[in-house]
Amino acid sequence: MNYDLVVIGGGPAGLAAAISARRKGIKDILIIERDRELGGILNQCIHNGFGLHLFKKELTGPEYAKCFIDEVRELNIDYKLNTFVLDIDDKKELSVINSRDGFFKIQAKAIILAMGCRERPRGAINIPGSRPSGIFTAGTAQRLINMEGYMVGKKAVILGSGDIGLIMARRLTLEGAKVEAVAEIMPYPNGLNRNIVQCLEDFNIPLLLEHTVIEIKGKDRLEGVILAKVDENRSVIRGTEKYIECDTLILSVGLIPENELSKSAGIEIDPLTFGPIVDESLETSIKGIFACGNVLHVHDLVDNVTLEAYKAGEKAAEYIKKTSKERVLKTKKVKLYPGNGIRYVLPQYVNIDDLDNNLKLFFRVNDIYKDIEILIESNGRLIKKIKKNQVFPSQMESITLDKKLLTELDQEEILINVK
Amino acid sequence: MDKIEKTCIICPIGCNLIIEKDPESKDGYRVSGNKCNRGLQYAIEEMNNPTRILTSTVKIRGVSNKMLPVRTDRAIPKDKLFQVMDVLKELEVELPIKAGDLIIENISNTNANLIASKSIA
Repeated sequence: MNYDLVVIGGGPAGLAAAISARRKGIKDILIIERDRELGGILNQCIHNGFGLHLFKKELTGPEYAKCFIDEVRELNIDYKLNTFVLDIDDKKELSVINSRDGFFKIQAKAIILAMGCRERPRGAINIPGSRPSGIFTAGTAQRLINMEGYMVGKKAVILGSGDIGLIMARRLTLEGAKVEAVAEIMPYPNGLNRNIVQCLEDFNIPLLLEHTVIEIKGKDRLEGVILAKVDENRSVIRGTEKYIECDTLILSVGLIPENELSKSAGIEIDPLTFGPIVDESLETSIKGIFACGNVLHVHDLVDNVTLEAYKAGEKAAEYIKKTSKERVLKTKKVKLYPGNGIRYVLPQYVNIDDLDNNLKLFFRVNDIYKDIEILIESNGRLIKKIKKNQVFPSQMESITLDKKLLTELDQEEILINVK
Repeated sequence: MDKIEKTCIICPIGCNLIIEKDPESKDGYRVSGNKCNRGLQYAIEEMNNPTRILTSTVKIRGVSNKMLPVRTDRAIPKDKLFQVMDVLKELEVELPIKAGDLIIENISNTNANLIASKSIA
């Protein structure tokens, strides 16, 4: 089986990437989705608040997904559901499996990685204690309740204040469960302010900052957890332990891009984002393989995923239309580095000569900073400076650099700092 | 109550609103800290009649492992959220259903309609 473009993942990133490649003239496209329907994680995000930037209105997850699923159908883009990609090789051949066609291979001219991300489970944060049932990641609980119709418990504690954890605090409460507390190990909440208000304060759910779960009690079913306060080094303060009876523990302790397939193809991964290293075209270290959405880096807003995916689709289309001779070796490669106070920066590389227009770069800070300047430097020379009143690690920031400014650079690296 | 602070929930910016009682002004309150006009409206509504859009799910007749996501088509009074949830608990819809289909008109006398937020064939 041959396709010009194979998109792996039928969530918001995959859908938008396929649509944009089709709009740029690529006819032969296949989307591969492992779930029973298109839409990805949006199907379980039944709350509203999606699309404020792109559509200027507040949609629920399924409504946001529908805009793109409808367009994929109108454009007659092929897709396979309940289908799993086992492996990609560096020649862009995919090993694929499903229960209807069995095992088969697909040769693609270009591939877009849009596999999204996965939740960090209990094992990733090493909570001691027994191993009863009743411990869920927030997304798993969300899928069970919102899509499959199973209630997960009656009395819950939520560990971690990421947006999914906050949304689940409200959801569990509306469905009749008692949420005893949301515990956050950091001194500040990880989710959006609006979610603190409309998910916790609206329902009088306490948010315990600088608190964590230090023990899990229960044999078959969870019976309770021990919470304790932590100091500035995140070490437990003895004497602050307190037992909370509960039958459910929801973990909302971070997301990790899902890159097993990228690794199987030999794509270079950035240890800071846990996603592929890409250039300004969102092209990975293997020519013709592009990445977008949460598989590349974890986004706060789906609108940004869509915009990034449009670009990946466009760039993949350009790649496919070029002959191998035209795919000239890119020149003047500049590396972008995260400096002081910056957790990561994306893209990691920029090929100055290939820039269509200005470069928009994305980054996250590693702590809360007030009244700061973001300095963009190259070999000690300041090339751009931006003032920010306040920045949070939970909010992705962006800066646009002029193409002209970049062309004039004589150095091959750019450093981004917080001052 | 002279002065209270609230976080605006209209958009992801989350402005810190400062609301002061002001008998002189039309709405009875003076609001600062908002970056847009919708923040002003939100602050006044929060003081007089706080409302929220409710999203939830309802059962589908004859289908065991799939729920229909639903929403109110406008914000409803905050103190009626649980009353509406009680109605949803008893509800079962029939397929096929299209996103936007009306499920219950003027649910619990809130002036809002309950609508489907997903198409399921």
